[in-house]
Parts: sequence; structure tokens; C-alpha cells
Amino acid sequence: MEMSMSAQSKKIHPHKFAMWVALASIVMLFAGLTSAFIVKSSQAGWQDIETPSLFLYSTIVILVSSVTVQMAVRAHKQREMTRYRLYITVTAFLGALFVALQFFGFKGLWTQGITFRSSISGSFLYVIIGLHALHVLGGVIALIVMFARAFSRKTRTYSSVGIEVVSTYWHFVDLLWIYLVIFFTLIK
Amino acid sequence: MSHEAVMHAHAAVGHEEHHGHHHHESFISKYIFSQDHKMISKQFLFTGIVWAILGGLMSVLFRLQLGYPNETFPILEDLLGKWAKGGKIQPEFYYALVTMHGTVLVFFVLTAGLSGTFSNLLIPLQCGARDMASPFLNMLSYWFFFAASIVMISSFFVETGAASGGWTSYPPLSAIGDFSEGSKAGMDCWLISMALFIVSSLLGGLNYIATILNMRTKGLSMTKLPLTIWAFFFTAVLGVLSFPVLLSGAILLLFDRHLGTSFYLSDVFVSKTQTALPNEGGSAILYQHLFWFLGHPEVYIILLPAMGMASEIISTNSRKPIFGYMAMVGSLFAICILAFLVWAHHMFVTGLNPFLGAAFVLLTLLIAVPSAIKVFNWLTTLWKGNIRFTPAMLFAIGFVSLFISGGLTGIYLGNSALDYQLHDTYFVVAHFHIVMGVASMFGMFAGIYHWFPKMYGRYLNHTLGYIHFWVTMIGAYMIFWPMHYQGLAGAPRRYYDISNWHFLKGFDGLNQFISTVALIVFATQILFVFNYFFSMFRGRKLKNPNPWGSNTLEWTTPINPGHGNWPGEIPEVHRWAYDYSKDGREFIPQTEPIGAGESGHH
Repeated sequence: MEMSMSAQSKKIHPHKFAMWVALASIVMLFAGLTSAFIVKSSQAGWQDIETPSLFLYSTIVILVSSVTVQMAVRAHKQREMTRYRLYITVTAFLGALFVALQFFGFKGLWTQGITFRSSISGSFLYVIIGLHALHVLGGVIALIVMFARAFSRKTRTYSSVGIEVVSTYWHFVDLLWIYLVIFFTLIK
Repeated sequence: MSHEAVMHAHAAVGHEEHHGHHHHESFISKYIFSQDHKMISKQFLFTGIVWAILGGLMSVLFRLQLGYPNETFPILEDLLGKWAKGGKIQPEFYYALVTMHGTVLVFFVLTAGLSGTFSNLLIPLQCGARDMASPFLNMLSYWFFFAASIVMISSFFVETGAASGGWTSYPPLSAIGDFSEGSKAGMDCWLISMALFIVSSLLGGLNYIATILNMRTKGLSMTKLPLTIWAFFFTAVLGVLSFPVLLSGAILLLFDRHLGTSFYLSDVFVSKTQTALPNEGGSAILYQHLFWFLGHPEVYIILLPAMGMASEIISTNSRKPIFGYMAMVGSLFAICILAFLVWAHHMFVTGLNPFLGAAFVLLTLLIAVPSAIKVFNWLTTLWKGNIRFTPAMLFAIGFVSLFISGGLTGIYLGNSALDYQLHDTYFVVAHFHIVMGVASMFGMFAGIYHWFPKMYGRYLNHTLGYIHFWVTMIGAYMIFWPMHYQGLAGAPRRYYDISNWHFLKGFDGLNQFISTVALIVFATQILFVFNYFFSMFRGRKLKNPNPWGSNTLEWTTPINPGHGNWPGEIPEVHRWAYDYSKDGREFIPQTEPIGAGESGHH
């Protein structure tokens, strides 16, 4: 038993690995959509859209949240649970703020007359950035679950695998957003 | 960090022991919301069988229309009501049947029913793991599939009927409700069901990959894996990378249907309501790209598990090592890569640039190389083998036969010049039914006959198995072989009644023949279902835990393994899975250490 265990512990934890595979899958979802965007943007009747300036603030928010989630992981490993809880709360809050900023950015676009009916480029923007926001919301829910677990008196967990998996996901949606910002700036 | 990892490993081991020794499971946790991979695999198989019966029944119904377009069958009106008014399948219903037959067989039977069943059953058992990487996600995977099934079935009961735009659901037909009855609520059910299905298959797939790469037992390096596991691995990789693209296509279609976007629509005039739609700038071809980027890998998602199981079964029952193990793995890998690079060969007639088309022709024909390697290796494994013709072995050999005959017509269709003539004819129908549909069904049957003893501790009835094999084998060729001629003559697929055209009049008798054989083959599948459920409770009991004399790990478990699979320690692996007829011994299990003076494989 000891032998097989030590063989097991040298490898990456299966849950972490499963998360990496899931990330590959999400990459394909956005690769499909952004390549559709590229193809469409080279066709006639395409109308360029300025991304709302509010997105600059949301970019800063999500970058900061990546730092706080990393600090949460560190705090968990050092068994400083008060700090850990603080950091995951801050991260979840920043995530929610990010989604709210995206929503208001969209609202601004919509009032400028860029609606589903009026422009394909706008529709693409709504669908792609909307799907990204949904993924961020999924991360917020995961953080709320981690938060509830950290306060549960019934189960005490010493394994940091859970928070590490969540932080991997969080960094990923952050990176994905940076990619989308660069993408929408370059492909006009 | 390493300290915590060890702590976690301890916790995991404690958990496993719990499963090994106690059996205080309630009915619900054991049979319904089970997290045991073996039970989940049975759930997938049960649901798959129900879907296979429904999907088969649909084909029988539309074959009645195709074979006997001028007859009426009053009993159909009693059963189906307005969909068979006057005892004749109505056109809307005919298109719904064709669409749902394709969707059900491709996704619900040959993806979920095949991969879901055998990846779940065999990955932990043949890798020497207690369960999947995440048993909870695995359970969710089944229940998302179940939800998808419920939504898909319910689409038959909405007033306007099930989706009827073909299993590919091309817009604009699928995007605008005014175009056909099936494009109304039925199409929404189809899209929602497919979205749920995609989630199910992603959850399953990432579990399969993580388990194969991270949870193999001691000594089981990747090159000692049975070919079944390699096939399931590449299948899961294909699914995880291609299904999300279909999801993105489906999301855009939902937006076009309900929120007024124009991703796929441009300059549409609806003659029924005499209105021009305001949508501008969209492109229906975009949907085809997104669809076929999944659609082509999907073909291999269906086929690879059957290939893996056929390799394992043929080697075991020839009592010979598999010929060219590394070539088998390499060709699976090559197929997996090429599967992503050939999707536009479904779109030669969409106005695709002929130069681009030529590139896709080349890549498509390249798939013939790994396919031929696999066929060669199966045949050379059989060559001079000490063959035991069990029902599983017959189905595995039948799989090879169908893969050859169906694969050869693929070379015709892969050429864009020939495809201009053959596109959307019965030639295509014949090709993919033989190479993908029936061949994979044969792989699935082979798997069921071979691993049924592992699932239930009993054998399936062999006599019924032989009847099942021969009728299905001969029947499949009698159904699909003539379709090649119809297709070459120009008979278009999906049409409600081809006898309206003078140049196709000569096919009346042939169509009746095909329909009659289809009915007989369908009845034989019911015989198999009877065999399955009868043998589950009354079949001959297993005495020997290793009934086929196999080398792989699943046969080292007890006859009816509990949750956790091995009561004691997980066995260690010392050799590859194919040491048959070596050094004068019939088979040497993977758990046996390499003897002194014995040369290991590789």
C-alpha cells in the first residue's frame, strides 16, 4: 500500500489534471467563436465597434483578483485560515464586480444603438464576452463553495487541492479575458 | 506541498478501504445516484439500449414509407395519430424520423451508449484504479445525459413535432420556425438537449483522460496499456476538443432563433408569410464549419472505441499477441490528429474554394494510411491464430469486414470531383452506415458479449448470439450494399418519395427489398435485447473469474466486484497485455512478473 501510494503522490493530482483538460475544452469553445469572428470580419458589410472604455477598469479588476486568489492559495498552505477567508472573499467580490462592469459596458453599447438586430459584430461581442462573463460567474460560485467549506465546522480540510484547482481556473479566465481584449483590439 | 499531497493520499486510501469492506449502500446510492463507475457504465448501457430500440424503430417506420410509398398501414394511424393520417407516414413526420434517427444513433447510442458504457467500465478496471478521477463528475455526466434524453424524447410530444431539418440542423431551415413545423419548438428541444449532451460528454471525457494519465496502477506504463484504453483515451481527447465547438455553433443558432441576431441569416424571404426578414450579413456556411469541426471528429469518437475493443477481442480469441502494437497506437494517434483537419470534406459543394478543397482531399485520403495499418494488423493477428469463434469474436471480425468495405467507399467520397456527383445521395448513406454506423454497432456488440460476464457474473446465451450475429451481418450488407447503386444512379437521400422521378422508377423493388431486410434485422436486435435481459437474471453463471483466458487486469477482480474493484491491494503490472501463446503457455496475465531468462516485450 505504501509503495503504490508513493508512486501515486509523485504524479499530478487527478483533480488538478482534470481541470487542465477542462480548460483545454473551454479554449476550444472560444477558439471556435473567435475564429468565426475573424472569418466574418473579412466579409463585406462588417462594422467595427469600439470596445467600451469601462472594459479597461474591468481588466484591472480581474488582474487584481488573480493576485488575491494567489495570496489565498499561499495563506491556505501556511494554514492562516483568517487571511485565507479574507482573500477568497475579496476575490469573489472582485469577480462579481468584473461581471457588473461588463454588464454596464454592454449597457453603454446597447444605448449607442448596437443591438442584436443592428450589427453582427456587436452580436459577436455580446455572445463572446457574455460567455466569458458566465465563466467568471462560475468561478465566483466555486469561490463561494470554497468559502462555505472554510467556515464549515463539520469537515476540516488540510488539503489545498481544492483551492489550487479553483485558482488555476481563476487565472485561466483572467488570461482568457486578456486574450479577448487583445483580440478585439487587433481584429477590427 | 509534498506533505499535504501525502496527507491527501492517506485520506484517499482510507476512503478506498471503506469501499472495499463495507456495503451499507442504500438503493438510491447504489442503483440511481451511484458513483461507482461500473454502475454508471450499466446506466449508460441501459439508456443506450432504450435509445437504440427507439432509433431503430424510427428507421423501420421511414423504411416503410420508402419501400412502400403507395401503401397504407391503418395500424400506424392508431399508434401515431395525426403523424400517420390515413395510415401513411406524413411528410413532416418522415423528416422528423430521419432527423431523430440520425441524432439518436450518432450521439445517444454510439457516443454515450458506446463510449459511456465501455470507457466507464474498462478504464478503471484495466488501468487498475479504484474508480474514476472524480466519481462525482462521472455521476453528473450520466445525469446530464439522462436530462438530454428526456428533453430529446419530449420533443416528439410537442404539438409541432420533433426537429426535422436533418441531424446536422443546417440553418436557415433550422433557424426559422416558419420554414417547417419541425423548426418550431422541436428544434429548441433539439438544441437544448444537445447542449446538455455536450456537457455530459465533456464531464465524462475529462474524467477518462485524467484517470488514464494519472491513476494507472504500479508498473502499468502507457506502453503496457491494452489497446482498448488507448482507443478510449484518444476518443476522449477528440470529444473534449471538438464538442465545445459544436456548443458554440448551437449557442449562435439559439441567438439567431430567438434574439434576432444574424450570425447565420442573410437576405431571407419567407414565402409562407410573404415577408422578407430584416437579418443581414450572416452566413449559413459558418454553421457548417462549426458543425463539421465537431462532426468529423465525432465520426472517430464513434469508431475508435470499437477499434480498441475489436483489437483486444481479436487478440484474446486468436490466442496471439496483437500484431504491431506500437503501430496500432501510432495509427490511433494519427487518426486523432487527422480527424481535426478534414472537416471541410463534408462541404465540397458549398462553394468552397477548389484549391482549399484539394488540400482537404489530400488530408482526407491520408486517413487511409493509418486505417490500412489497423486493418493489416487485425488481419495479421488473425493469421494462423488458434481462433475461438465466440459471439464476441464473430462481431469483432464482422467489424473488420465492415470497416474495410465501408472504408473503401470513403476513398470515392473523399475526392472532391467525385463528391460533386455523390454528395447527398444514397451512396453517402451507404458509406457512413457501413463504416461508422453498423461497424461501430458491431464493436459495441462485441464488447457487450465479451464483457457481459464481467458486468453481471453470467454469460449471454451463445446460440442466440450466433443467430444475432449472422442475421445482422448478412442483413447489414443486404440493406446497405444496394444503396451504393441507388446513390451512383443519383437517388438523393432524405427524400420522402423517390419514385416520383422517372430515372429512379426502377428502384421500387429494390427499396421494398431493403425495407423488408431492415424489418428482419430490427426484429433480430429485439432478440438480442431479450437475450441481454434474460441472461442478466437467468444466464449461465460464471465459475471462472477469467472466462476467456485474458491477460488484462479486469479479470483479476472477483466475479462480482464491489465498489473499489479489488478487495485487497491493487495488483501490480509487470508485462504488456498481449502475452498469448508465449513460451508454450496459452496466456500470461499482466500481473505475472517477467520470469528469469524470459524476454519482456520491447
